[in-house]
Amino acid sequence: MGELKVKEKEIVVPGEILAVGMDFLPAGGTFREDDNIIASQIGVVNLNGRLIKIIPLSGKYIPRRDDVVIGKVVDLWLNGWKVDIGWAYDANLSLKDASEDFIEKKSDLTQYFSYGDIVLTRISEVNGSKIIDVAMKGPGLRKLIGGRIITIVPSKVPRVIGKQGSMINLIKELTDCKIFVGQNGRVWVNGLDPKKELIAVEAIRKIDEESSSEGLTDSIKLFIEGRLK
Amino acid sequence: MKLTKRSDGRKFDQMREIEAKVGVVKRADGSAMFKIGNSIAYAAVYGPRELHPGHLQDPTRGKLRCNYNMMAFSGSGERVRPGPNRRSKEIGLVTEKALTPVLDLSHYKNMAVDVFIELVQTDSGTRCAGICAAAMALADAGIPMRDMVSAIAVGKVGDKVLVDLTKEEEDVEEAVDMAVAFTTRGGEVTLLQMDGIIEKSDVKESLKAARKACEQISKIQMEALKKKYKK
Repeated sequence: MGELKVKEKEIVVPGEILAVGMDFLPAGGTFREDDNIIASQIGVVNLNGRLIKIIPLSGKYIPRRDDVVIGKVVDLWLNGWKVDIGWAYDANLSLKDASEDFIEKKSDLTQYFSYGDIVLTRISEVNGSKIIDVAMKGPGLRKLIGGRIITIVPSKVPRVIGKQGSMINLIKELTDCKIFVGQNGRVWVNGLDPKKELIAVEAIRKIDEESSSEGLTDSIKLFIEGRLK
Repeated sequence: MKLTKRSDGRKFDQMREIEAKVGVVKRADGSAMFKIGNSIAYAAVYGPRELHPGHLQDPTRGKLRCNYNMMAFSGSGERVRPGPNRRSKEIGLVTEKALTPVLDLSHYKNMAVDVFIELVQTDSGTRCAGICAAAMALADAGIPMRDMVSAIAVGKVGDKVLVDLTKEEEDVEEAVDMAVAFTTRGGEVTLLQMDGIIEKSDVKESLKAARKACEQISKIQMEALKKKYKK
């Protein structure tokens, strides 16, 4: 019979044995070696029926198809743009994916995107570590003007968004800020009131730090309300 | 020579005092400090990031690069020529080889994970301290690992097998110094270097002692890692 060696929400380190026996199945952040299921990353244990998963507490974003990310235009080529998405190699944004309009060849590309522009974009293709394509065609994808970007651990993005966007909507409502969260751990915040914008930033950082605690939405609500007074 | 007592009063199989801390370099992707006696190692991990020069890139897996450096003021105080020397290049290489077997860099094709190990204060057993710190820093950086690594120097001074030699003990005539690294769960040897002449039976005894010491070290490493993230 299988035996579970860890509890839900316990912090584990690489090489730690999570479960013995074939009754459990390894999911993200774990692997099987002989009979044992072993952690391969530092993170929090998440049990879902027979599945054992690790929610990482650190680590870089790994690009996946259809992820919406926040990128920065870093280079301009003849056939499109290079976008930094927080991965070791820059993603390509080609002319045909850049806009709903037809972009004529040899036209001035800086009128669409220029160096340093921040874009909300979707990963359309991942083909090896060096070939990553992004596209700007789709609802909500656009250039982000103004505001500020903060970086959080990518695995904590779901916590910042919350269930059906509960957490992010709460912060938006209380602080009157526009917020976009990229799956690559970049969060764009823009508020009319700079003080409220700062509070939103603090709240997001707080979620990043306390991601594994329970009742986070309530404590963040209290935190923002306290700061707004 | 008959050895009856160690100069600092430790037992023959006792290590110097160990202190470990994770997350000491805020800007790095992962970092750790490992202090054993008077040797202090800091390790910082950057990456996975772009690998240059391009001919080193491997399209099937990522590459680990280790840089070992003793700071100019760390040792006896003699002037040190800056930059890598023969010794530090070698130690960088063996550190790489000690850590690569436990890393899973298959997600990071064409990329490099850089580990910088700086020795702030050196006494002895610096490469082992460096490996211990680097293993913690890699785990802190969230690099997938199959196992952890811990390392210790053992050796033979006079007629006794000692664990964790000090510089004084290392410098005794005909002393044997052996640096060993073990993986925590698997117990595999990933580093084995030796200097001196030693009997086969003593090698076996030394390895046994090293394995025991590494078990203790791995517990300290694990605690330090968990401490950073526990709120």
